[in-house]
Formats: sequence, C-alpha cells, structure tokens
Amino acid sequence: MNEFLTLMKSELLVTAIIFLLLFIKIGKGIKNESLLSLVQALLLVNFIAGFFLNTTGNLFGDMFYTNPLIVFQKNILGLGVYLISLLCADWLKKSEHLPEFFMLLLSALLGMFLMISSGNLLIFYLSLELATIPVAAMANFDLNKKRSSEGAMKMILSSAFSSGILLFGISLLYGASGTISFAEIPAQLDNSPLQVLAFVFLFTAFAFKLSIVPFHLWTADVYEGSPIAVTAFLSVISKGSVAFIFMTTLYKVFQPMQEIWYNMLVMLAVATMVIGNLFALRQQNIKRFLAFSSIAQVGFILVGISSNDNMGITAVVYFILVYIFSNLAAFGVAAVISDQSGRENIDDYRGLYKTNPFLSWVLALALFSLAGIPPTAGFFGKLFLLTAGGSKASYWFITVAALNMVISLYYYLRVVRAVFMEKNEHPVENLKPGLPVKLGLIICAAGIVLIGLLSWIYDYIHSLS
Amino acid sequence: MNLLLLIGAPLLTAVAVLLSRNREQVKWISLAGSVVQLAVAFVLLFAYTGERAAGNTAQMLFEQHHVLFASLNINFHFGVDGISVAMVLLTSFVLIAGVLVSWNIEKMTKEFYFLLILLALGAYGFFISLDLFILFFFLEISVIPKYLLIGIWGSGKKEYSANKLALMLMGGSALILVGMLGLYFTAGHSFDIMALSQKNIPTNVQYIIFPLLFVGFGVFTALFPLHTWVPDGHSSAPTAGSMFLAGISMKLGGYGCLRVATYLLPEGAKEYAQIIIVLSAIAILYGAFATMMQKDLKYINAYSSVSHVGFSLLGIGMLTQTAITGALMQMVSHGLMTALFFAVIGMIYDRTHTRMVNEMGGLMKVMPFITTVLFIVGLCSLGLPGLSGFVAEMTVFMGSWQRDDLFHRIATIAAAMSIVVTAVYILRAIGNTAMGPLKNAGYLQLKDAAWNEKLAAVILVAGILAIGIAPGWLNDLLRPAAEEIMNKIGGK
Repeated sequence: MNEFLTLMKSELLVTAIIFLLLFIKIGKGIKNESLLSLVQALLLVNFIAGFFLNTTGNLFGDMFYTNPLIVFQKNILGLGVYLISLLCADWLKKSEHLPEFFMLLLSALLGMFLMISSGNLLIFYLSLELATIPVAAMANFDLNKKRSSEGAMKMILSSAFSSGILLFGISLLYGASGTISFAEIPAQLDNSPLQVLAFVFLFTAFAFKLSIVPFHLWTADVYEGSPIAVTAFLSVISKGSVAFIFMTTLYKVFQPMQEIWYNMLVMLAVATMVIGNLFALRQQNIKRFLAFSSIAQVGFILVGISSNDNMGITAVVYFILVYIFSNLAAFGVAAVISDQSGRENIDDYRGLYKTNPFLSWVLALALFSLAGIPPTAGFFGKLFLLTAGGSKASYWFITVAALNMVISLYYYLRVVRAVFMEKNEHPVENLKPGLPVKLGLIICAAGIVLIGLLSWIYDYIHSLS
Repeated sequence: MNLLLLIGAPLLTAVAVLLSRNREQVKWISLAGSVVQLAVAFVLLFAYTGERAAGNTAQMLFEQHHVLFASLNINFHFGVDGISVAMVLLTSFVLIAGVLVSWNIEKMTKEFYFLLILLALGAYGFFISLDLFILFFFLEISVIPKYLLIGIWGSGKKEYSANKLALMLMGGSALILVGMLGLYFTAGHSFDIMALSQKNIPTNVQYIIFPLLFVGFGVFTALFPLHTWVPDGHSSAPTAGSMFLAGISMKLGGYGCLRVATYLLPEGAKEYAQIIIVLSAIAILYGAFATMMQKDLKYINAYSSVSHVGFSLLGIGMLTQTAITGALMQMVSHGLMTALFFAVIGMIYDRTHTRMVNEMGGLMKVMPFITTVLFIVGLCSLGLPGLSGFVAEMTVFMGSWQRDDLFHRIATIAAAMSIVVTAVYILRAIGNTAMGPLKNAGYLQLKDAAWNEKLAAVILVAGILAIGIAPGWLNDLLRPAAEEIMNKIGGK
C-alpha cells in the first residue's frame, strides 16, 4: 500500500485535483479567479511533491514502472502545465468553462504520466488515448470560433487514424513475439519481416504524435485553430511526453532492432528539420509559425535520440526542459497579445518594442533560445543534442543539423526584426498582463537565462539516466 | 592575476548599465567600466611580462579550471599566452574608444551600451578560453549584440545587412561546431585545447576537420569568398558597431584559425596551406582593387579591411614563425587602425551627414583635429614606417619571403603589390576629403572634435604609435607564442 502511494504519487495527486474540480463543478461553484489560483497552487504543490520520495519500482505486475528519471520527466511536464496555467491566466479567467478546461487538461496530463511509466503495450495504448482525446476536446474550446472546431475535428480524426495504426502494430507485434510486456519483448525480437512491419506501424504512430515529417500535416491547422493555451500544451507538453516514451521504447524495447531504426531516425530527422524549417520561413500567423518551428525542433530531438546511449537520454530530457521554458515564453507573449488585442500575425508585431519592452525582451530571449544562440539555455540544449547525435553519426548528418540551425535562425530573426526594428503606424498598444502572467513570463525568462549556466542540472539528469 | 576579472568586469558593467536610471548614468557607468577593463588589461600585460621575465616558461599562464558539465568533460579552462594578452589589450582599447565615440547616441542609450559591453565580454572570454566549447560559447555570444546593434542603430539597408551578417556568421559557426564535435569524438571526449594538442589526431581525420574549422572561423575573418558580409555589415553598423566588427570580431576569426584550426590540426594546415595562401592573396588584391571603386568612406574602409585582414590569413598560410608573428601583429595593428578609421568616419558623418568622398573637400580648414587623425590612420593603412601597419605588414612579408619556392614567392610578390593600390585609394580618399576647396559652404559652421572624440582618437593613436615606433614589446609578446605553435606544426 505504502509503495503504491509513493510510486504513483504524481498520478494520485493529479487524480485528486481532477476529482476536486469535479466536486466544485457539481457544487455551487466558485469564482473563476479563486478557482484559478487554487488550481495553480495545487499544480505547484504537485510539482514540488515530485522531488520527494523518488524510488524505483513496478506496480500491477509490470504494468506500471517508475524510476527517478521517469519522475523527473513527469516533473518537467508538471512544471510545463503549471506555467501554462500561469501564462494563460488572463484568457482562462474569462472562460465560462474553467473547471472543465482544467479537468480535460489534467486528464491529458494524467494520461501522459501513465504513458511515460507504462510497462507494457496495453497500458501504453490506454494512456496514450487518455493523453490525446481530452486535448482534442480542448482544441475546440473557443466555442464560437469555426477554426477551433475545424482544428479539433482534424485532430481527432488524425489521432484516431494514428491510434488505429498503433493498435494494428501492437497486434502484429503481439502475434510475432507472443508478449505485450516491454521487458519481455526484446528477447523475442529476431528482425523477422513481420516484426519489422509491426515496428514500422508503431513507429508511424509515434511519428504522428510527434508530428515528424511526413506525418506532420495535421499540426499547423490544429495549432492555428486551437486557443493558444491548448496550442502551447500540444506543442510542448504533449510533444515532450511522447518524445520521452518514444526514446524509452526505442532504447529498451526495440534495442535489438537498432540498426533498422537508426537509419529510419536519421532520414526522418533530416526530413523533419529541413521541411519544418522551410515551411516556417513563409508563415504569417504566429501560431502556425511556432507550429512549424516546433516541427523543426522535433527534428533536432530525433538527432539526439539517434545516439542510443545515456548521452542521448540526458540530452533529450535536458533539451525538453529548456524547450518548455523557451517555447512557453514565446507562446505566453503570443497569448497576451492575442488575448488583449486579437492580433496574431507577425506583421502586427512590428514596433512592439516601442510599446511593450518587457514582452519584447521575453519574446526575443525565447526566440534566441529556440534558435540556439548563447547565452540562452537553448544553445546548450541544441549543442548537447548534436553532441549526442555526433557520437554515432557521420559528419554529413551533423552538418545538415548544424546548417538547419542557420535556417531556423533566419525565421526567428524575422520576428525579432519585426519587434525591434520595423516601424508600424498602429503598433499593438501598451498591454497590461495580469500578475500571474507576468510571473509566468519571468519564470520562463529566468529559466532561459539560468538553466544553461547552472550546469549541475545537466549533470543531475545524467546521473539519473 | 585572476583571469575571471576579465569576464567579471564587463559582466558587472553590463548589469550596472541595466540597473541605471537615466542616460547620463548609463554613459558614465559604461565609461567607468571600460576604464576598469583597460586597467585590467594593462595589469594582465604587466603581470604576464613579469612572469615571463621571472623565467616562467609554461605555455599558458594564469591557468584556471572550473568544472562546468562534468559528465561531458566540459570545463571553464582559462589561460593566456602572449597572443591572448595582446588581443585582450586590443579589445579593451577598442571598447573604451567605442564607448567614447557613442557619447551622443540618443536612441535607446541603455540598450546600446549594454549590447556594446556584451560584445566586449564575448571577445574577452573568447581570447582567454582554452576549452573549445567555452570558446565557441563566447564566439556565439556576440551574434545577438551584433545583429541588434546593426539592425536598430544602423543606417542604410541596415536590416538586410544585419540579417546577412547574422546568418553568415551563424553558418560559419555551424561549420566550427561540426569540426569541434569531430575533434571531441576523435580525441576521446575532450574539448580542452591543451589536451587536444597533445593527442595524435589521425591525418585523414585532420583532412576532414581542418577545412571545417578554418572555413568556419574564416567566415568571421572575411576569408575570400566568404567576405561578403563585411562591406554591408560594416557600412550599415553604427560607428561603435563598425569599430567592434572590424576591430575585434574579425580578429576572433583570425585567432580561431590559428589557435584552433592550425594549432590543433597541423597536418591539415600543411595540406591546405596553398589554398589558404591563394585565397588570401586574392582577398588582398581583390579587396584593394574593390576599394578603389568605392565612393563611400565606410565602404572604403570595409573593403580595405578585407584586404588588410588578408595579410593575417596569408601569414598563417605561410607557416613560418616570422609570418605567423606578423599575422598576429597585423591583427592587433589592423584592429586599432580600423577602429580609429571608423571612429573618424563616424565623426565626419555626424557633422557633414554624408560619407560620400566627392561631396566633401577642404575639411582640414574646419576640423583640423579630425582630419589630422584621418591622415594618421590613412598613412598607417598604407604602411608608412613609424606606424603600426608598416611593422605588421613588413613582418608578414619577411616571414613569407623565407619560403623560397616559386609558388610562395609569387604569392608574396602579388600580396606586396597591393600596397601600391592601397596608397592610391587611401591618398585619393583622404585628399579629396581633407584638401582642396570646401564643397559646401554650410560646412564652415561645423565644429571640430569634442572632448570625448578627441580622447577616443588619442587612445587609439597612442596604440598605433606604440606599435609603430617601438614594436619590440609586441614582438616579444607574440613571438614565443608563435614559436610554440610552429613547434607543434614542425617546420621553419
């Protein structure tokens, strides 16, 4: 019993918050502001609790597995959700359905926690669904916007499709190996054509969730249609969690097939970086822009994953930690501007520095971090990914990745240029974000500046992996 | 001597600038900070020469180790040899002059000075780093300030230039990054320059990595044909920005070519030396002839920078001790000279609001101080004995002449021919600006240099004269370090 409590503490806490919200909803209900503060406080508690009592263990047979690294990954995701609740506070306050929003959000988070911890294919599939379906509902949260419904529809259809592929892969794998347990599958793998086919199906499903090219087509539309809070969640938390489990699956379960997946990974990484970057060049809408840039970032994550050793695990976890701060800061600024002025085009950002210096600096920091320029943490994140990838890869692969950093710099600079250098007759007026939003932006900015220099964070992750 | 002072002083200055309340405070804090940095640089110089005089023959002095990323074997490893000391000194000279000439900047003063000092921070860190990762970190740190300085405070097609500069430098960095990772994995997970220099890196690997690193750093130092960011970047940047770009940022590349590419990969250097020589000879001649066609003072200095920096690369490519010493001297000399040249151009432009040579004339009558400085810097540029340019170029030629086969002779002679062209364009530009009748009656109202401008010019002229009249101290500083590098390469 005691073990059950400590091993599953993150999941239990999140479940408790969901139930609490449910009771509040059923009961009289309380004002949005106080509810929001309550949820934020609880999320913070959840995040802090993640640092205590971290042990390794199995539950329910081998269905649920956790160790300090997995707990750390959950903490990263928990931190991300906390930051989203801060950054989007202004928008959330106005929502009529605040309790539902958080119930859905936290259900998805719960699904991700279980997914990262899953020890066999069954629970993996279930938790993946739990992590996806609520997000589709959330994507539809701007109830009076047509685009929002369209995005939600696209998302649910593509998710259903990828789930179908995943299930098909699982059933083939079960047929070919006779087990669904992650621990037992590797011994049964002999690279027979059926197993390779099953693996390709599983890989495809992951590729859908991570929006790896050529399975990325749903991303931009869904990102553009959804409310920014949901877009941020999708692009950061959702991507991060799938990247974690993807890496675990490749390293632990499919290790015997590593020659096969290594080549697939290299090809897809190159395609993802190049195409994500090239499409990002031409985007006008800031959300679509960030969508394509996040596709390119996933390409870099794949570079790190391709290393297939501890260095890769460390680099990916570290990068996602950095990525959460950087991307959420960018989304946070976009959320403030979109929420208070309704503007979402990059051209609308011209002259932003004159009216909103604070927002501009945060945005610039975030974009430089995404581009991987020091002294921001993104520099270290990108460099460690490439270093990890370099341990196995050939020069041309790393060169392609490094040159992609240059292409990405071009479009990130486009936004910076609009903000700092270009003139605008009607710039966005001086905005007054609420206190939680400011706090969120400051946390993000501090994270971007400090994480790279606080080198023990990297070494800590390395000691866990 | 604690080398962290060189990082700490600019960092503190930058933070103080951020916290200051008004324009006056920003300016005085920046000036105080740059004076402190100049003082630190001089203390470093004297501490270094003192140690050497006392018989300390270690390759690097004042070394410091601080573990950064233990699991990746990345450390803060700092240390200086003569080259680093000279470069640090150059940086502090250019910084203080840059702060002084920007005294009247109105637009976003705080941000301007903050970015300027950040640039200096990156340069100091770069010159004292002995760990490739940290070196790369400091190299890259300057990308944002350069981009913003040109884009916000620049003139002309500033956005285009800022973008071009940032992307080309980033492209160079990408190559450096790949080369660096190649070294890291070949040499058993180490970024440490001193440790890497002890390793035997297989020759075939050197042949792959050397071009990556050399071209990567070469982009920073205007290696032909990757020099195209130089004219646009320099001419669009604000005065202090141009001073920094030409005076220091281009030296980062030269230093990297020598310390990282050539020193760590001697076999690669020997293999590709002829290509380097050909490219730098082209840069020297092409830069000189391109300058002849320019009418804008900033473009004149930008293209002549391409030509002058070519001498540094030529010296490196010659692979003799004297030539490398000359290359390093040229880096220091050109840093001071070009910074001063841009400063003077900025002063003239502030008054006449034009940089076109044919719209000026007779400025000697209205601003004697500024035009005198213009003469000094012009004569330095064309290599008049007594000024730093002569010493540096002469040393490069002497070193080059030691290579006595036909190829090297032809390259040396071709490079030496450029001096004639230099004399033509420099004398024409200065003559048309300073002599002759006044082209515009409105110019009679113009005032000569203010105290801040005079001080900036005096500081840089002092540096030029110190090298030009008594080059011995600089030679003593650089030659042992060049010898160390030549020992590793093997050869004359």
